[in-house]
Amino acid sequence: MTQGVFGTSVKRTEDPALLRGKGLFVDDIKRHDEAAAAFVRSPFAHARITSIDKSAAEAMPGVQAVYTTDDVRSLGPLLAQVAIGKLRPLLADEVVKHVGEAVVMVVADNAAIARDGADAVLVDYDPLTAIIDPEYAATNETLVHDELESNVIHTWEAGEADAVQELADREDTVVTSLKMVNQRLIPTAIEPRGVLAEWQHGYDRVTLHTTTQQPHAVAGALALTFGLPGVNSARVIAPEVGGGFGRGLNVYAEEMLAVFASRELGRPVRWIETRSEASKSTIHGRGWTATATIVSEPDGHFLAYSLVGVADMGAYSQNFSVAIPVLGQFTMPGQYKWEAIYWKMDCVHTHTPTVDAYRGAGRPETTFYVERTVDAAARDLGMDPIELRKKNFFQPEDFPADTLIGMTMDSGDYGSNLDILVEKADIKGLRAMQEAARAEGRYIGVGIATFVEACGLAPSGFADAGVSWAGYGLPSAFNESAVVRINPDASATVVTGTGPTGQGHETVWSQIVSDRLAIPMERIVVIHGDTKDTPMGIGTGGSRSVAVGGVAVAIAADRIKEKAAKVAAHLLEASAEDIVFADNGAHVAGSPDKSVSWTDIAATAYQPHKMPEGMEAGLDMTAFFDPSNLTWPYGSHVAVVEVDPDTGDVDLMSYSAVDDCGNIVNPMIVAGQLHGGIAQGIGQALFEEAVFDEDGNLLTASLLDYLIPTAADLPSFDLAKTTTPTDANPLGVKGIGEAGTIVSTPTIVNAVVDALSPLGINDIQMPLRPKRVWAAMQEARS
Amino acid sequence: MYPRQFDYVAPTSLEEAFAALGDDSKVMAGGMSLIPLMKMRLFSPDVIVDIARIPGLATIHDAGDHISIGALVTHGETASSDSVVANATALATAASLTGDVQVRNRGTTCGALAHADVAADQPAGALACGAVMIAQSASGTREIPASEFFVDAMTSALRSDEVLTSIRLPKTGAGEGSAYDKLGRRGGHSDYAVAGAAAWVKKSNGSIEAARVALTGVGIKPTLASGVADALVGTDGSDAAVAAATEHALEGVTVLEDLYGSEEYKSHLAKVYVSRAIKQALANI
Repeated sequence: MTQGVFGTSVKRTEDPALLRGKGLFVDDIKRHDEAAAAFVRSPFAHARITSIDKSAAEAMPGVQAVYTTDDVRSLGPLLAQVAIGKLRPLLADEVVKHVGEAVVMVVADNAAIARDGADAVLVDYDPLTAIIDPEYAATNETLVHDELESNVIHTWEAGEADAVQELADREDTVVTSLKMVNQRLIPTAIEPRGVLAEWQHGYDRVTLHTTTQQPHAVAGALALTFGLPGVNSARVIAPEVGGGFGRGLNVYAEEMLAVFASRELGRPVRWIETRSEASKSTIHGRGWTATATIVSEPDGHFLAYSLVGVADMGAYSQNFSVAIPVLGQFTMPGQYKWEAIYWKMDCVHTHTPTVDAYRGAGRPETTFYVERTVDAAARDLGMDPIELRKKNFFQPEDFPADTLIGMTMDSGDYGSNLDILVEKADIKGLRAMQEAARAEGRYIGVGIATFVEACGLAPSGFADAGVSWAGYGLPSAFNESAVVRINPDASATVVTGTGPTGQGHETVWSQIVSDRLAIPMERIVVIHGDTKDTPMGIGTGGSRSVAVGGVAVAIAADRIKEKAAKVAAHLLEASAEDIVFADNGAHVAGSPDKSVSWTDIAATAYQPHKMPEGMEAGLDMTAFFDPSNLTWPYGSHVAVVEVDPDTGDVDLMSYSAVDDCGNIVNPMIVAGQLHGGIAQGIGQALFEEAVFDEDGNLLTASLLDYLIPTAADLPSFDLAKTTTPTDANPLGVKGIGEAGTIVSTPTIVNAVVDALSPLGINDIQMPLRPKRVWAAMQEARS
Repeated sequence: MYPRQFDYVAPTSLEEAFAALGDDSKVMAGGMSLIPLMKMRLFSPDVIVDIARIPGLATIHDAGDHISIGALVTHGETASSDSVVANATALATAASLTGDVQVRNRGTTCGALAHADVAADQPAGALACGAVMIAQSASGTREIPASEFFVDAMTSALRSDEVLTSIRLPKTGAGEGSAYDKLGRRGGHSDYAVAGAAAWVKKSNGSIEAARVALTGVGIKPTLASGVADALVGTDGSDAAVAAATEHALEGVTVLEDLYGSEEYKSHLAKVYVSRAIKQALANI
């Protein structure tokens, strides 16, 4: 398979290993003489540690070491890319600040002994008042960290509050306002986190296998934390990783601690997170409470929009921390033209686990607020929510479109996209069905939400705003690199800076190279996730891999093509301009019989004496790509639900979507991203919630109580597309990793509220568990 | 996660199993509930007696006047057995709604009953269908009616030296039918019961002659709602009669609030599902 593979549903080359259970994940990689770490974690959200008795654990056969903050304090707090707010001590220092905070690390000959040892450590605590509610935290009545002056560690603000207020105060305007919670979620990757740290004492270097989405950042953090000569002494490898979702877009204390223990003990040290541990020690997502307000004219013309609230950051800032809400700021205005806009988000510390990037990272939150409020405005205005959206959308001729939030959106035709959904999902028919059902006392809802996403995180100029790996000693920006190498045997190796956590990079990058060089897919190997192999790489996140890293691959392949054409021209005694690549080789345009194979080209390229005079040997090209803009995918989704009036149970009857992510390399992989993304967004709408009691105990610390959707809970999704390429990169690709998650949440809530609108219900707090829906119905009925 | 250290015994006969059982031992069949508890270190027995290798326990047997379900019969086998579907519809349905496919292929009906989870499905089915638990030990065999089997939260009447070797279910006679329905934690039938109910009814000459109704998920243990059954007997089973009987659903039950419902909501759900189960049981005659 060669040219023409771009845009086709090539089967994933990753799957044979994964489906046979032969993929190599962190815990599959074994070392001689390895030791295992386990942690004693805080059972309190806020408490002073009064004593730690390690003696019983230390006396246990097989326990090698028991470490507390005294052993690691000199390494400093955990480094963060955006170091605003309180940074995490590697092990709790005098006071614990959230349930699950690591207090003691026990290292033993195996994981079972390490666990026994951790259980034998006696820690005494003096409980202190826990601050769990972010709105209360924002009042600063009680401080989360005594050493900080305020719980509000950063405030994002944009637009003009006065201008919005002026329009709201106008007598002829309609003001629609909803205060809503976008609840805290626990990212649930199928593979918990894990590390394998190997300090090589002979060389003072370290190799760390870890479940990360950003190996280079981890390497940078290791080099700085351990005072290594440079990042070249810290090799970080992300092997197969069972799910990213943003939880891997972080640098974690356990990564530093395992390396520390390996250095101290002179043995490889492994730590594999347990599922219940993951719920408290890995980052959480979302956690906003905010009020969205739309000001419209009576005919539905939108005037102003504001979103004001608090974003819970948890107890400690890690990696992106306060930068997550600003990603939401990018898409805060939605797809609508406003005359005035205002946005203010207070980022607050609470005594809870850290909140950071989770699939969509800020954009699901702002999309939820605007799309829920547009539906509420439609009810206030007595308008159809589809017509209201279309009336206020940016129009095709507006692009590139400047939003009032200071961004320029690349391309779009939102109205046509929504029209296709209306047609395809037969929304007229659905409305008729809904009417008929209502006459029978049934509650059927049709929910629509549309969205525009800011993804393909770049351009590198954002580095000046603090978005780079500079915090880890690597002052790179959000660009990506790639290497394409034709080996002497004419096989091709692609090295990429963006590693997969299940997305299918190996397949897609091979498609891009195969398409451009006419080398068969099976002759291409994609190397990823190893800092040894790549000059730099920010990583996979923000739906940016194809739009940034994939384009770098294409550019490197084009550079190979340019040089290889000269070699082929030399062999064929033709002009390089006339060389075309096809069928695992090259020929003269118009003369397929005047051809050479890639084997001939490669053999020539590696034997200087056979090369054209003056041409350097080798076929190895590196490319860096920095897009001119973010990319702005968009789409329109509709869900149909039925609510059981006796129980509040929501039955999701059908789900249809029309997405536009520009040009598509592999439609099957895009569909897969949409299926998973939609399911994850439905999870937030209906099932998922990190629930704390007032003392800060996490009540949903295992999958018994933290409910995630399964295939059995979901209908088959009906997907379609429109194609509006971006001009931010030469492939015209936009990104699809987060789209489904961003829009499916408001789609579902809009559907349930639509179902219950005859009762006068305007909002129900997520997740829409039957108990909440029933309570809302009871209140409305009484 | 690693459990605390324990001894593991895999007997090949009941006698060997009895010999291995003691004060701090636990019988394991499918291990679907036991292993997670041990890995979370919420439960750490000294000895696990794995009965999976004991012959003769994996069958559903028709004994003429009753059927029996052996200790190693999985949820999936209970759910898909023609014999169970015909004779104990409520239990078969409850088994079909237990866990997911993987759990149903590995976990056992007897294991789920012995585990006595407050929100499990099959205890309600067993109660409504009038199951009798066969508990065997070195000192003999006890026949424990389901109504006396569920003692407290996660606590059955089984002694630590006993194995629940099978359950017996009376065969469905003329005019009899049973059913189970629930609201799952993830909505619909998905996951553990927020509230669920099973009902068995016997009708003759147009009136209900006998009934058993059982609740799960709402209180501290799966329990018979005998007030409902008493109120149902002698009626014609009309919607009005079912509605009136349903009012007795919570007699003797202390409803417990949890993450999935307030006391008010779960009390309401108990009545909804009692009503639905009775109506379906009547329809299943």
